This record gives sequence, C-alpha cells and structure tokens, in this order.
Amino acid sequence: MEENTINITVTDREGIDHIIEAPTDMNFNLMEICKSSELPVEGTCGGMALCASCHCYVQSEHKLNEPSDDELDMLDQAFFVEDNSRLSCQIYLTNDLNKLKIKLAPVS
Amino acid sequence: MIETDILIIGAGPVGLFTVFEAGLLKLKCHIVDVLPQVGGQLTEIYPKKPIYDIPGYPSILAADLVDNLMEQIAPFKPSFTLGEVAQSISKEPDGKFLLTTNKNKKIKTSVIAIAGGLGCFEPRKPPIKGIEDFEEESIVYMVKDPEQFRDKEILIAGGGDSALDWTIELANVAKKITLVHRRTSFRGALDSVEKVHHLATKGVIDLITEAQAVDLKGTNTLSHVVIKHKEKGLIDIPVDYFIPLFGLTPKLGPIADWGLNLNRSAIAVDTLDYSTNVEGIYAIGDINEYEGKLKLILCGFHEATLMVQSAFKRIYPDQKLSFKYTTVSGVSGFE
Repeated sequence: MEENTINITVTDREGIDHIIEAPTDMNFNLMEICKSSELPVEGTCGGMALCASCHCYVQSEHKLNEPSDDELDMLDQAFFVEDNSRLSCQIYLTNDLNKLKIKLAPVS
Repeated sequence: MIETDILIIGAGPVGLFTVFEAGLLKLKCHIVDVLPQVGGQLTEIYPKKPIYDIPGYPSILAADLVDNLMEQIAPFKPSFTLGEVAQSISKEPDGKFLLTTNKNKKIKTSVIAIAGGLGCFEPRKPPIKGIEDFEEESIVYMVKDPEQFRDKEILIAGGGDSALDWTIELANVAKKITLVHRRTSFRGALDSVEKVHHLATKGVIDLITEAQAVDLKGTNTLSHVVIKHKEKGLIDIPVDYFIPLFGLTPKLGPIADWGLNLNRSAIAVDTLDYSTNVEGIYAIGDINEYEGKLKLILCGFHEATLMVQSAFKRIYPDQKLSFKYTTVSGVSGFE
C-alpha cells in the first residue's frame, strides 16, 4: 500500500461493509472521508462537533484521541449512544489508524 | 397584515445581508425565522466560534458577525417575525404571495427569498418507537407553561442547560420530578449542576444517571417511561408527562411541500439569479443547490446580491435599474 494511505472499514446502516482507502497526509477527519466516499453521513455542522450527525461506533481496538468536552456534550444530545460512540468528525486520520473499523449510528 | 417587497425566510447571515442589498434598490424586506432570535446557526449553534473566511475580517466571532450585519441593515428598517414557522404559501389575485405562519400571521409579498440554511430548527426527538402516539397529550419538547405540570409526575431527560434549568424551575411546581441523564457528569452552568445535585440530595427530585429512556407505556395516555440503567437494567417510572430535552436540530420543514424542486433536501436553483422552479421564489445560501455549490457564508452574500437584482426586475418590470457603487452614492436608508 502507498505511503500515507490507510484502509478503513465502514459498516453502513444496512450492515454493508465499505473499505475505504484514505490519505493520512491531508488533514482529513473520518466524517469527511465518509462523505467523500458517498456514505450517508450528513456532517451538518461541518465538523465542529456541534450536531452529532456523524455519530459512529468504533469497533476496532485502535487507540484514538480522547473525546473533547465539546464532543462529550454533543453525544449527550445524541441517541443510541454506546460506550464506543464517537463523532467521526473528531477523529483525524493518522497512519496508526490503519484497519480502523467503524459502524454508522442510526439516524434519529 | 404585513406587506413587503421581499419576504425573507431565515434570519441567518445570508437572510440578513439580503436586507442590505435589497435596501440599496429601495426594496423593503420582512424576515421570518423559527428561532426566537436572529443569526440562525451562527447564534444557535456556534456564537463563540471564530470565522476566518469573511472578506476583510481575518477572524470574526459568529455572534459578532450577526451584530455587525444587524447594524449594517438597520438603515433599511427590516421588520421581523421571529419564533414562527413559514408554514404555507398561496397566490393572491394580484399575483403576489400570501405567506401564513404556524401562528396564523399573514404576510403579503411580491417575492420570497428562502435563506433557510440547514432548515427549520426543531427539537431533537428521542427515537423511541411509538413516541408519536403520546406526543399530543403527554410529551413536551419545549416547556411553555410550567403550570401545566402542577402536581403532576414528570420525567425530564437530557444533560444540558435546559434539562437542568427546567428541573430546578419545575421542582416547586410538579408533584414529582425524575431527571434522567446518560452520563454521571452534566454539561451546562456549574451553578445549575450544583442546584440539581442539592435537590437530589434533599430528596426533592429523583436523579438517575447512566440511564436513558428507551420505551414508553400507556393506553391512550402515557403511564410509564421505561429507562435503561447501565447496571440495573430496565426500570419503569410512572409519569404524567415526559419532557425530552436534547437540543434542536434542523429539518427542511414545511417548505418541502411548496412544490419546489429539491435535491437531497436542498432547493435546486438557476445560478443566473438563484431562482427556483416556482416563479417569484428564490433560494440563497446553504439551502440551495447547484453545480459547484459551496456552503459558505461569503457565497451566500454573493447569491443574495444577484438575487435582489432579479427580484427588482420582477417587481418593477418597467423600471430601469442603474447599478451604483455604495462608495459613490452612499447608503441612504428608509424613512
């Protein structure tokens, strides 16, 4: 695989897996990568952790950046929140995240 | 009845700036917005966030941009209907539109400019199956009259300021309050958090954390909210009212039914003048869609500027419009 490219598996709301090749040197977050891959992620607020429309579940054991207070506050206003819930706009892609697996949370 | 030249739906930055550009052409504007204050997303979602791509401002806080826009449009004396939803439109015999709000206010206008941004802000509804069945009688998304809850048993869900504030406010009114929150910590004003904990310690309210409402029970009227606690599992809580307070979220709302061409919950427009498929209705800012569209405030300003030129020609087909720079002619407001 090319340098600075990782593979991510995104399970959509119908349970179908999508393997996405994502660059790690372009400062993309996971929400943006999902949107540009035409997955049904709204990202209404544009990535400010202010809307919860990019809510997902992290299903692999990767060590991620800790959620900020803003993100935790927003998750309080979301539904179907689980212990592995994150806002995908707050997860920035790095080489360490190769083979990351996430599942899109239901839309409310 | 209010009469205007341009009725603007949405008091966000693009809607507000439309008043300025219309004013330069001596067109009067009236603005309708569902939120009780102007500014749209900038005020409701991110007032304290800096914006870096407003030309001439290396950085400006969203709330300050709204204040500046209000100052800029003040000479043109726009009128506002805030806290009401633009519900339906009809055509008058003279070709003008009559817009009716959800509170039955009527506004007559020559042109409609939809600057609705993300849409109409509505309370976020918990995705509980069958919740609609109880909405009319027993579920309150926005508390308007605290007296409604006098001597009643209520369950408030949420962890933000409104959940905390209403818990405190209704503690003296309701017979019993249960506050349910997903986490052990609350966001919101520290003072309110302390007050709620104090009320819980004194036994005035029941505070249940690490729990979420998952089901509703009752025949005709609501009898129980079922919550799921992290350790204790499912618990039935008897209630008269359920008050879920999870903030607001934008939905396209009633304009979805106005016969406009939609493309993935955005309104398709002609980039010549941002007109929609319905003559006399324009769409500008984040709510419109065309090839190459970028959802930026600055693009919305551009769209508003071109749109009012087209609106002028529609309102005064026989008048010639001569373009003037504000630097040359200044800004002369309305009396």
